[in-house]
Amino acid sequence: MADITADLDITNEAQLRYIASQAVDARVNIELETDGMTLNIGPQHPATHGTLRIVAKLDGEQVIRSEPIMGYMHRGYEKLSEVRTYPQVTTLINRIDWVGSFANEVPFILAAEDLMEVEAPPRAQWIRTALFELGRIANIMLFLGDMAVQLGGSTAVFYAFRDREFVLNQIEAATGGRFHPNFNRIGGVKDDLPAGWVGETKSAMQSVRDFCDEMEDLVLGNEIFQLRCRGVGVIPADIGMAYGLSGANIRASGVDWDLRRDAESPLAWSELDWKVWTHPDGDSFSRYWVRLQETREATYMVEQLLDGLPAGPIMAKVPRIIKVPAGESYVQTENPLGSMGYYVVSKGELTPFRVKIRTASFSNISITPWLLEGVLVPDIATILASLYFILGDVDR
Amino acid sequence: MASLVQPMLADLAYWQETVLRGLVGLVAVLLPTGALVYLFLYKMMSFMQSRLGPMEAGPFGQLQLLADFGKFLQKEDIFPAKADRFVFGAAPFVVLVSTFLLVLALPAGPDAHFIDVNTGIYYALAVSSISVIGTLMAGWGSNSKYSLLGGLRAAAQLIAYELPLVLSVVGVVIMAGTLNMKGIVEAQNSFGVWFIVPQFVGFLIFLVSIQAELTQPPFDMPQAESELVTGYLTEYSGMRFLLFFIGEFATAAVFSAIGATLFLGGWAIPFVDPSAEFMNWIGPLVLAAKMVLIAFFIFWFRITYPRFREDQLQKLAWKFLIPLALANIVVTASIKVAIDL
Amino acid sequence: MPQLPGMLVGLGVTARAFYRTVFPDGPLGPPSPSKGAHTVQYPHVKEAPPTRARGVIALHEDNCTACMLCARECPDWCIYIEGHKELAPPRRAGGKPRQKNKLDRFDIDFALCMFCGICVEVCPFDALFWSPEFEFSELKIADMLHDKSRLGDWMETVPEFGPYEGGSEQKVRKVPAT
Repeated sequence: MADITADLDITNEAQLRYIASQAVDARVNIELETDGMTLNIGPQHPATHGTLRIVAKLDGEQVIRSEPIMGYMHRGYEKLSEVRTYPQVTTLINRIDWVGSFANEVPFILAAEDLMEVEAPPRAQWIRTALFELGRIANIMLFLGDMAVQLGGSTAVFYAFRDREFVLNQIEAATGGRFHPNFNRIGGVKDDLPAGWVGETKSAMQSVRDFCDEMEDLVLGNEIFQLRCRGVGVIPADIGMAYGLSGANIRASGVDWDLRRDAESPLAWSELDWKVWTHPDGDSFSRYWVRLQETREATYMVEQLLDGLPAGPIMAKVPRIIKVPAGESYVQTENPLGSMGYYVVSKGELTPFRVKIRTASFSNISITPWLLEGVLVPDIATILASLYFILGDVDR
Repeated sequence: MASLVQPMLADLAYWQETVLRGLVGLVAVLLPTGALVYLFLYKMMSFMQSRLGPMEAGPFGQLQLLADFGKFLQKEDIFPAKADRFVFGAAPFVVLVSTFLLVLALPAGPDAHFIDVNTGIYYALAVSSISVIGTLMAGWGSNSKYSLLGGLRAAAQLIAYELPLVLSVVGVVIMAGTLNMKGIVEAQNSFGVWFIVPQFVGFLIFLVSIQAELTQPPFDMPQAESELVTGYLTEYSGMRFLLFFIGEFATAAVFSAIGATLFLGGWAIPFVDPSAEFMNWIGPLVLAAKMVLIAFFIFWFRITYPRFREDQLQKLAWKFLIPLALANIVVTASIKVAIDL
Repeated sequence: MPQLPGMLVGLGVTARAFYRTVFPDGPLGPPSPSKGAHTVQYPHVKEAPPTRARGVIALHEDNCTACMLCARECPDWCIYIEGHKELAPPRRAGGKPRQKNKLDRFDIDFALCMFCGICVEVCPFDALFWSPEFEFSELKIADMLHDKSRLGDWMETVPEFGPYEGGSEQKVRKVPAT
């Protein structure tokens, strides 16, 4: 390794050695200068949702510079997909964003169906949309509780997990797995809904709405929460777009963009009556507010979907051994964390040739260095919690 | 107590009496602590969060604290590599010393006290500040950035909230006319109604200040778990950690008891003469009940609220609580002089 | 009516949760937090998972022809199959002896299994079934390899396939009798 101190104009040897012992990454050594305190937040830390490491240079309690270091959870999904058949890849990609799990499978299957020029029957599309929205609800309920606990209000997260159980039980009743449904197949879904599922899910949606009201009272309306979040971590709309933010993060900055409404998709969103929620402020409070409204909206969407579920088959005619014809396809959907896309390249074999996964959280945390400049240490937790990334989504 | 116990005590040698006092002091600190931990931390917090809390150790988890005690005892006593061993090791004991000193001045009956300090409440507030030194020692001695940040935050917060605490008590002292805690209880009895009614503002300031002095949410920046792991406690393990834990809850118990003495009438029951003989036996129970009531509020706030940021915390203390407490003092003094209560 | 400050409303939320946990039967009923709390005190009380829950895989040996499809399609390659061919007596007198596959070894390593269900799905002869049993943790990781007889034992716990929601065109399958 080259002598990293060669060009630096620093005379204090002991200080240099101390810094070298603090950071493993030599590049980080050079970029962060010697005064101030270098603090490693993570990779094991309650504030980061997983193994994210943020190296922050502090001056007292203020952050001067920060840099997120990802990759601690890299599992090599894109490489693994090159040697797995399409159903096997579906199993694997459940685990990218493990909280809103059904939503991970959908863009990949849609891309494969696009290449095969096969369309799933309407009942399958409606079931897919219903499970997609259930995944969104499960995912964002966790966020609603988790952001409160990052700020110190430990009770909210218990309510979130308690009420999430109803949603997870419904997902398990239909697909067999609470977190990894593995339910999509090229051409439709694996199986139909069990009897009684519609009624149970509707009562679960009512519980979720009660939970949303509780969170409004306990968290959103709390003056301390508002003091901590209003005006903290403001992302102007143009900066957010430049960094590639998506999902509720960009909608909270006032940008009216939602792939469910704006992109062509065979799923059933265009047939439902729903609205996109935005907020003009762009601070942490508005990100929480937008996600709370989205959860409520999703419960209404699920009820509409279940009311209007068309009768029919759930699987189109596809061959037993699936060989997707050669070609390339890119499908992006509005996942709970943001916009997730799969770029599938096929050479006509059993396995994809290349799958490139565009995940929302990877782009969402790219704004961290810009956003964390000049904030106080407590606000780091607020901002990271409000951006809401899942490390599986960041690192794949 | 005096008539029953005095003859027994008279036969004891000085060292035997000291041991007895030490044991009673230990019980006086640990018993309320254990009760508070079980009732509020294990059970009330759990019920408010729709869960059950510890249920396996003993009936309904009553022996959980004992199990935790055993668990902590058998853990390795870790000293971080470059920690200052003396400072690091002595910090929990400094915090505990402050709690024990506080208990000494707390009266639980007309004769049920360790020492009858004439400057009762003044001594209590002064001695409670010793725990700030212990917190700083813990933060500094751990030789870790997280602990240092936590220790500095704690010191700033604890010192800032000393002032509203003291000022809120001054209103009570003006109305009672004495610093002696027994005198305050008797003054409440002769005033007719407990001081919480005329001194409601003072009581609220007192509640907020002890929440901050105990570093409980919403004032638990020093131990902000999501940022600093556990702040100044990060490097502690085993028995030393348990000592801090006991110190936190014991101080909560003692501060609640002080609040009960100042605002809720102490050991006195309405319509009963507080200096009667039998109050020596009933007094501690009454005081314990009132202590549990105030501690209920402390923990209810802890469970419900997120935490303040450090600068918001300081702003609340300096710009809001202190002027309010000063105004309270001025109004109380004016009314007392004008109406000559 | 002036709006209550948010702090007080928040206190009301926790107080309401406390009340619902301790008095699930209303103010006149006895306090019973064990009933009111959402905690299921496992292992004293056990919740039944849904019928379709993917707990463990059961093998119906009579249907299996050792075609190796499940072993091939498993993403983790955790199914180990060995078989040999046998001659079974002809169906009618004077006919040809039939060739049958006989299973020697059918192991599923549940320490590797991802519980994805691809093996159950691709089996063309309906030899594999899901069972919602989940209590099979072992002290030694080698014991997580379930062999043919143990997989056959799991067949007793496989529930019947339930009916579908209205509007479905799926036929309800039958679990073969063991």
